[in-house]
Amino acid sequence: MKWIDFANPTTLDEAIRLLSEHGEKARVMAGGTDLIVQLRVSPERIGNADLVIDGKGIPELNEISFSKEEGLTLGASVPCYKIYQNPTIAETYPGLIDSASLIGGIQIQGRASIGGNLCNGTPSADSIPTLIAHNVVCKIVGPGGTREVDVEDFCTGPSRTILEPNELLVSLHFPAPPKGFGARYIRFIPRNEMDIAVAGVGASVQLDEKNSVIKSARVALASVGPTPILVNEATSALVGKSPEDESAISKAGQAAKSAATPINDMRGTVEYRKHLCDVLTRRALNAAITRAKGGTIDVH
Amino acid sequence: MSTKTHVQTKINGETVDFLCEPRQSLLEVLRDVLQMTGSKEGCNDGNCGACTVNMDGRIVDSCLVLGVEAAGSEINTIEGVATSDGLHPIQQAFLENAALQCGICTPGFIVASKALLEAEPNPSEERIRLWLAGNLCRCTGYDKIVRAVMDAAQKMA
Amino acid sequence: MTTAYEPNVVLSTKEYDVVGTRPIRHDGVDKVTGAAKYGADFYASNMLFAKVLRSPHAHARIKSIDTTDAESLEGVRAVVTSKDFGNLPWTYERDQVMASHKVLYKGHPIAGVAAINSHIADHAISLIKVEYECLASVATVHEAMKENAPILLDDLRTEDDLGNNSESNTNVAKHIQYSTGDIEKGFNQADLIVEREFNTATVHQGYIEPSNFTVNWNQDGRLHIWLSSQGPFEIRGDAAKVLGIPVSNVKVTPMEIGGGFGAKFSVFSSPIAALLSKKTGHPVKVVNTRTEEFESSTPTPGSYLKVKIGITKSGQITSGQAYLAYEAGAYPGSPVGGGANCLFAPYDIPNQLIDGYDVVVNKPKTGAYRAPGSPNAAFAIESIVDELAEKLGMDPLNLRLMNASKSGTRRSDGVKFPRIGCIEVIEAMKSHPHYSTPLKGPNQGRGIAIGYWMNGAGESSITLTVHPDGHINLVEGSADIGGSRASISMMAAEVLGIPAESVHPSVVDTDSVGYTSGTGGSSVTHKAGIVVYQAASDVKLQLLDRAASIWGTDSNSLEMNNGVISSTSNHNLKISFEDLAAQLNDTGGPIVGRAALTTRGPGGAFAGHIIDVEVDPETGKVAILRCTAFQDCGKAIHPSYVEGQMQGGTVQGIGWALNEEYFMNEDGSMANGTFLDYRMPLALDLPMIDTVIVEVANPDHPFGVRGVGEVSIAPPLPAVANAVYGATGIRMNRLPMTPASIANITK
Repeated sequence: MKWIDFANPTTLDEAIRLLSEHGEKARVMAGGTDLIVQLRVSPERIGNADLVIDGKGIPELNEISFSKEEGLTLGASVPCYKIYQNPTIAETYPGLIDSASLIGGIQIQGRASIGGNLCNGTPSADSIPTLIAHNVVCKIVGPGGTREVDVEDFCTGPSRTILEPNELLVSLHFPAPPKGFGARYIRFIPRNEMDIAVAGVGASVQLDEKNSVIKSARVALASVGPTPILVNEATSALVGKSPEDESAISKAGQAAKSAATPINDMRGTVEYRKHLCDVLTRRALNAAITRAKGGTIDVH
Repeated sequence: MSTKTHVQTKINGETVDFLCEPRQSLLEVLRDVLQMTGSKEGCNDGNCGACTVNMDGRIVDSCLVLGVEAAGSEINTIEGVATSDGLHPIQQAFLENAALQCGICTPGFIVASKALLEAEPNPSEERIRLWLAGNLCRCTGYDKIVRAVMDAAQKMA
Repeated sequence: MTTAYEPNVVLSTKEYDVVGTRPIRHDGVDKVTGAAKYGADFYASNMLFAKVLRSPHAHARIKSIDTTDAESLEGVRAVVTSKDFGNLPWTYERDQVMASHKVLYKGHPIAGVAAINSHIADHAISLIKVEYECLASVATVHEAMKENAPILLDDLRTEDDLGNNSESNTNVAKHIQYSTGDIEKGFNQADLIVEREFNTATVHQGYIEPSNFTVNWNQDGRLHIWLSSQGPFEIRGDAAKVLGIPVSNVKVTPMEIGGGFGAKFSVFSSPIAALLSKKTGHPVKVVNTRTEEFESSTPTPGSYLKVKIGITKSGQITSGQAYLAYEAGAYPGSPVGGGANCLFAPYDIPNQLIDGYDVVVNKPKTGAYRAPGSPNAAFAIESIVDELAEKLGMDPLNLRLMNASKSGTRRSDGVKFPRIGCIEVIEAMKSHPHYSTPLKGPNQGRGIAIGYWMNGAGESSITLTVHPDGHINLVEGSADIGGSRASISMMAAEVLGIPAESVHPSVVDTDSVGYTSGTGGSSVTHKAGIVVYQAASDVKLQLLDRAASIWGTDSNSLEMNNGVISSTSNHNLKISFEDLAAQLNDTGGPIVGRAALTTRGPGGAFAGHIIDVEVDPETGKVAILRCTAFQDCGKAIHPSYVEGQMQGGTVQGIGWALNEEYFMNEDGSMANGTFLDYRMPLALDLPMIDTVIVEVANPDHPFGVRGVGEVSIAPPLPAVANAVYGATGIRMNRLPMTPASIANITK
């Protein structure tokens, strides 16, 4: 690794000052599980950065707070294990737990954060479809103040995001899930852990009070395009339909398959990945519906 | 060229001071600076777990931690698992169950298993396999490792 | 997931006091506390760190190398290229260490840098400017054997069995042919003939410890290498040869080794570190990254096989024909011979014709990997035998039993089998409850397969020193890769009638013990067993002589049993080994037993597997539900470590079957050279691996030992394929069996 400098600011202002001074050459680190490897192996992918700014000393990036009215605020550098070990979050957002508990292994989950996973911006990130399915809003701070961005607009290309060089992601806001809301993230990997998704699907549904009509739904895909993909056609296929309507779910699967624009690579072919989008979308939706009705699912 | 950073941390209960470059990982610091070579490098990208250490109560891959991040932390490594009273029950169980062949992955497995049994004294076989999925072993096929962890859990109960 | 049956069974034939028990291994405590020192854990005074610049291209001519900027980087102490070999002759071995005019694979070394730390060395290699002229490359045997294929080695000609060479340029280094009986007649006698083609991908041994070397070229001309290697003596010889110095000037100190499975026999970067050490006057350490390990160490070959079997209605195999082409990597020397020897070995086939081809391709030089050549062959033959059994409506184990090799059957290369355990392994499989337990649901399948490995023998040298307290120091030269110190100590203890814990084994450097061939070919427990038996017998004889001289009697009237020396004629004459040991210095001097020998008669090994899988019909993902491994081990000295070998080999075979491969980019480079993307099995991917140790004693070994390290990797490839067939109805003829191929999505 070429020489790097290290800063561990304790305030947002200090971090933004550093970012403004160093621009592209500075990178904010949360868990470091992607960043450190990139500094070592592919520094050109991150602009040959030579300043690492540790976000873990900044209070706003470590916030983890929930209320039934406001929902969940998740600081950008909160590691995965703090999410799934929090009983309230585990009970309220099982879809988020799906992602938090399968990013890397236990060691990686001791460091890696959802915010970091998002900022790394790879199409295969296991948390982003989940964030999209949950209608998450990103809080971004820069020299000009704060702005809020819908998470589906955050990634702009492979490893590219809307963050300006002098901005940083502070936190992610999850709306409080109303009764009848359920979400699920499933990915396909050839092993049972420690792999990059060949394809991944995050899905959510909002049922009406009788659990008889899908009021809203979201399906988002990982690893099958230059960015995570929100499949609007899946939403149209589902809204207004009964959660038992298998043809609606099949249509959503087909919509996901059509929306996917994968490439052939060592992890899978175009055709196989598109096929997986269909399969995983159906499975994720059915699991999300089960959760929306108050049921639990076997996550393995 | 920039200078090295002074870091004060706690390793296996002892206060330790060291100088390191910010680009040096915690694993490099342990091995190259402190000559604590029990933590191993198998991949240097967080996929084999041979460098597993316990940092502030959580297991992490020390190849994916910067040495400078250790400031103010409590690090526990394989070298701190046995005490003056003898081997830890997990170490004893690894020996009795022949849960190692070449032994290069063993420190990582022991540090990881210890954290599991401290958090969950009676894990199922599947839970053990999930917890240890971040640790690669190429010699044993994992069978005897999983048995050793189950055996240790029973003996520690 | 508790197991209601006995997971590990030893079908033992003969009981001993120490042999066959399960003591704690002698090096165990150091390995569970982190105290054990592996190669990369060695730090010499004033040591420099080296990094190697490697080719980014699969095939290219080197037009120029400019090291100026690297040399002037602060902290860099020396840079070497192939020019630093001086006037030494160009050989394949040397070219593999560092390319001079052409690079033959991505990862081929071009230059080395020594610096005060590895980060600076790493930075420095990025400053070396190399001009390349890229050439077309070949990644598979199919491409390499095409007419007008790009040629890797200008001087290469095809050598046949008689040593004759072809006239034209080629990528085929060798053609071997085995012929028995009359192949056409055999097929004419058959009622059913099945011919199938198989392709397997290049795979890596995947040991967790990257290769490492610390080298000091001393001012007196002596070279000292500290390393993690399976063959310290082979490295000594090869390093001397590549560097053009006498073998006596090289000392190799084997540190603990973190896995090898056949790959850690090469000098790799040690001559580069040696040249850097000579240039700087410092010890130089070089440790591979994981990606370097994948791209430039010695993986095991991808292959293409076409196999044709003829069989009668009653199930008698009449004829077997095979075409095998194995990748050698960039230089000749694939294990196609091993494949040809093993392919038909489990079966007594009267008429055979086998053609084998050793083919160079633009990949790193291949090396041994656990029964090298055999798994590729087993995948082919055992898939076909399974298909034959189905077509004939026969039980697949009965069909195998009907045709099984036994003592006196000739192997394809003409070798007559000594006492072997092929039949006993198949019988054990038939009678195991796993075979008769019904599968539990849809999309499940059960596959069985058997396999063979020749095993090896060779040189071993051991000395035993008697301590005054009745303990023994055991000095040996076999790198201990998985518990051999324990098994060798146990055999010494058995002879002397003392506990295993009273023997203290050390693996020492090449200056301190006699020549010992490497830890490979499942040879160590066999060869070191014979030698330690002789060395311990030597100690025993000397003890009897000493007691005789103390008692003033004839040593022929003395015996030693259970650690007690006594007279057969006088009941009063009795002394324990421990008491006698205390008197040695005052009664004539210390006792050292020794033996050194080139051993023979390793006995072959057969293994079989029963594997149950469940296939997700939509995604093609395979779950291994249950797996039982059977193996003839001759005699299990330490059954736990025999089981460990079987379990480890089995899981490597499962990985090879399902996920592992060198995924090659269009440009001939490896796409997946990390543990993230080269997907080896995880703890979560597997059930317990149950074992059945079958003991058919090897008559050529004092304890009946057969090598156990390798054969268990071979049958899982076809057993998984046969199980997948059972679950899906699709015969897999390509490895790895990717989920996409199992889901039958072929594009």
